[in-house]
Amino acid sequence: MWRYVLRRLLQAVPVFFGTTLLIYVMVFALPGDPIQALAGDKPVPDNVLQTLRDRYNLNDPLLVQYGKYMWALAQGDLGENYTGQSVSEMLSGRWTVTARLALTAWIFELAIGIALGVWAGLRRGRFADTLVLGGTTLVIAVPVFVLGYAAQLLFGLHWQIFPTAGTDEGWPVSYLLPGIVLGSLGLSYVARLTRTSLSENLRADYVRTANAKGLSRARVVGRHALRNSLIPVVTYLGVDFGNLMGGAVVTEGIFNLPGIGQQVFQSIQLKEGPVVVGAVTVLVLIFLLVNLVVDLLYGVLDPRIRYE
Amino acid sequence: MTSQWGVRCRWGMRWKVAGAVAVALTASLGLSACGGDEAGASDGTFTVGHSEPDHLVPANTTSSYSFDVITELFDNLMTLDGGGKAVPLAAESVTSGDQKVWTVKVRAGQKFHNGEPVTAQSFADAWNNAAYGPNAMSANSYFSYIKGYEEMNPEDENAKPKAETLSGLEVAGPDTLKVTLNAPFSQFPLLLTYPAYAPMPKAGLKDLKAFEEHPIGNGPYQMDGNWERNKQIKLVAYPGYAGPRKAKNKGVTWKSYSNADTAYTDLRAGRIDVLQTIPSAKVPEAKRLLGDRFLARKMSTTDYLGFPVFDKRFANPDLRKAISMVIDRQGINKAVYNGDFFPADSLIPSIIPGHRDNACGELCAYDPAKAKQLFDKAGGFKGTMELYFSNAQPTYAQWMRIIANSLRDNLGITDVQFRQVPASDYFSMLRERKEKGPYRQNWEADYPSPQNYLENMWGSADNRMGWKNKEFDDLIAKANRTADQQQALALYNQAEDIAIQEMPMIPLWTWAGQGGRSKNVENVTITPYSTGLVATDVTVK
Repeated sequence: MWRYVLRRLLQAVPVFFGTTLLIYVMVFALPGDPIQALAGDKPVPDNVLQTLRDRYNLNDPLLVQYGKYMWALAQGDLGENYTGQSVSEMLSGRWTVTARLALTAWIFELAIGIALGVWAGLRRGRFADTLVLGGTTLVIAVPVFVLGYAAQLLFGLHWQIFPTAGTDEGWPVSYLLPGIVLGSLGLSYVARLTRTSLSENLRADYVRTANAKGLSRARVVGRHALRNSLIPVVTYLGVDFGNLMGGAVVTEGIFNLPGIGQQVFQSIQLKEGPVVVGAVTVLVLIFLLVNLVVDLLYGVLDPRIRYE
Repeated sequence: MTSQWGVRCRWGMRWKVAGAVAVALTASLGLSACGGDEAGASDGTFTVGHSEPDHLVPANTTSSYSFDVITELFDNLMTLDGGGKAVPLAAESVTSGDQKVWTVKVRAGQKFHNGEPVTAQSFADAWNNAAYGPNAMSANSYFSYIKGYEEMNPEDENAKPKAETLSGLEVAGPDTLKVTLNAPFSQFPLLLTYPAYAPMPKAGLKDLKAFEEHPIGNGPYQMDGNWERNKQIKLVAYPGYAGPRKAKNKGVTWKSYSNADTAYTDLRAGRIDVLQTIPSAKVPEAKRLLGDRFLARKMSTTDYLGFPVFDKRFANPDLRKAISMVIDRQGINKAVYNGDFFPADSLIPSIIPGHRDNACGELCAYDPAKAKQLFDKAGGFKGTMELYFSNAQPTYAQWMRIIANSLRDNLGITDVQFRQVPASDYFSMLRERKEKGPYRQNWEADYPSPQNYLENMWGSADNRMGWKNKEFDDLIAKANRTADQQQALALYNQAEDIAIQEMPMIPLWTWAGQGGRSKNVENVTITPYSTGLVATDVTVK
């Protein structure tokens, strides 16, 4: 078990170098001159442009740039963006926002999604089942920005249940509405996965055996059927946690939350390589870690799975 | 508790437009609006929404979002009155006999927010810091008028500058600064209103990084805490302020929005008190909902269509005039901008002193028949007509399409191609003269003078079109030498006429500013100049 964990952690090292280089190359390949773009319509003297390009190593060949970046990174220096702000400061402020948002969405997904899925799975083919399936289909079909703006106008502006935008009210108040909007898509998938998986397993032989032994309904469902049914759900929840961390660009924009997704979006537009690489590298590490935790959870849920 | 903010101009780079479709959908759901509650506890402060600034060191930005904050933290030597004239602010007087050597008297007894006195040296230090090439300040080029700038910014990019200070700056006493320019420049007092010309305290120049997080100015407001990046900048009235624009409120907070639609929603919800720019898709609704709290204003921002005159196919002025005359400015204004913008009838927008109504005459009027005559006289156009614009705003593509249709229907140019270039690439492309056809150009006044438009965009020294006209340059130089403002304006107008007759760049329309305020504030004035919102005049209920 521990050897397995160590092996997985060691695998993360080449992945880390590979992804950073790949992202660096991709940002580097974007067209345009970020320094000129900073100035917009106003004139900038050549010597100023040159000074800035030198400062950010933009005159070096790609591999030299990457090497310099990694060398600085090894000393714990994430570099600066093109307006001279330290990348580590930029990102740390944004990670707190994103982590709060992602966790809110994720908890919402997990709790409500599994509850709905169990409810529908136990009543397969009846009204509750149809309601959950229909409702989740609708949510999956609606684009997130429509959902976001509609929720903002209805719950924020019209009924004033939640703040419309921003982080002024702090956690959880400011994060509830965006969290629900962000998590609604994942919630739909979780509910449907749970429902299908559970209703399949309820017909399995071991459930019939458990029923025949005279165990209570709650014990049969909770202890036997549900545990096995949750394996695909846990897999999805793990992957989705990474998505919530990095892919909340639209939701963060609508609710004016200065999170990591917004930053990556803006930095790609501005060709700020160091910022993009810094942010995405952390995301990659989160993905690797979450995947490991998910794999280990399989063993907890299903004793037949063992890691040696 | 409460949130506050406002906004100005050029959302392009930062504000994403995911909203238009959603807006249409939510509107069709029949959501009614409610007035929004009263913004929070009245502590005498108010909030404005805008985009996140890039820098707060005055000389290191040309972004209007940074100006929003900087113009309230700092008192320049001069400021603008309501009519766009330069009037003293931190200066006692700014005078010159020959328009080349200027004597600045700084008003005595002013202090920075940290208690350091404001002297002639404070201005000299700040300007030297800004003009020194290796400091790479964004507004560096705005100091090129002052003698000694060339020595600090050598032509050869890799050479070390010969000087670290401007030889044209001489501190002749604690309150006296003598400024020698490279050439006579009658508009110098107007240039002094530009935010980059703010003074800097010694403490700030020692540590620019710390200063950026907590600027120390000499203006009516001081920082309340540090710059909260991507969230807000809080300013409170500076009790020691003795200048002419004392704040009529206790403070102003500038809140950052990455999305213009959300800023507008927050204005409706009463979570901000002022918004300087309402997204154009929301304007009709805003007019209806806000009533007298809808704030419309003229602006200085103007769109142009420039020609690569260095390309032989565009060398004939008649062809360029023909293209100008098939652009239905009013039609585009109605179709794309709700009819709120102002079709151009001159190269200079109406809020700039020296603007003449209809200076462009029939050359800026939609007249397909006349245009076709001119077009044929010029020998028509062969090959592909490529139209260049950036992807910063979706409206650019909309009006370019209308122009393309008109070129096809009225002039018979059937082969028209759109070249939508990423914003980060657009300016480098123009700089390197890689464009092969008409391109969108835009200008926002740094200070309200025709010279700011004409010399920067048409002057032979550094225009993007490759257009050279000695007569035009001479007239500009002559106007720059002329002490009498009325005479100077007349000379600028003569130069303008030449640029109109040659038409290397077509004026299209001037933007309209559409803002709004909450019920919480009154006396909200937004000037069309770089001073923007007059925060000091706002009264809070």
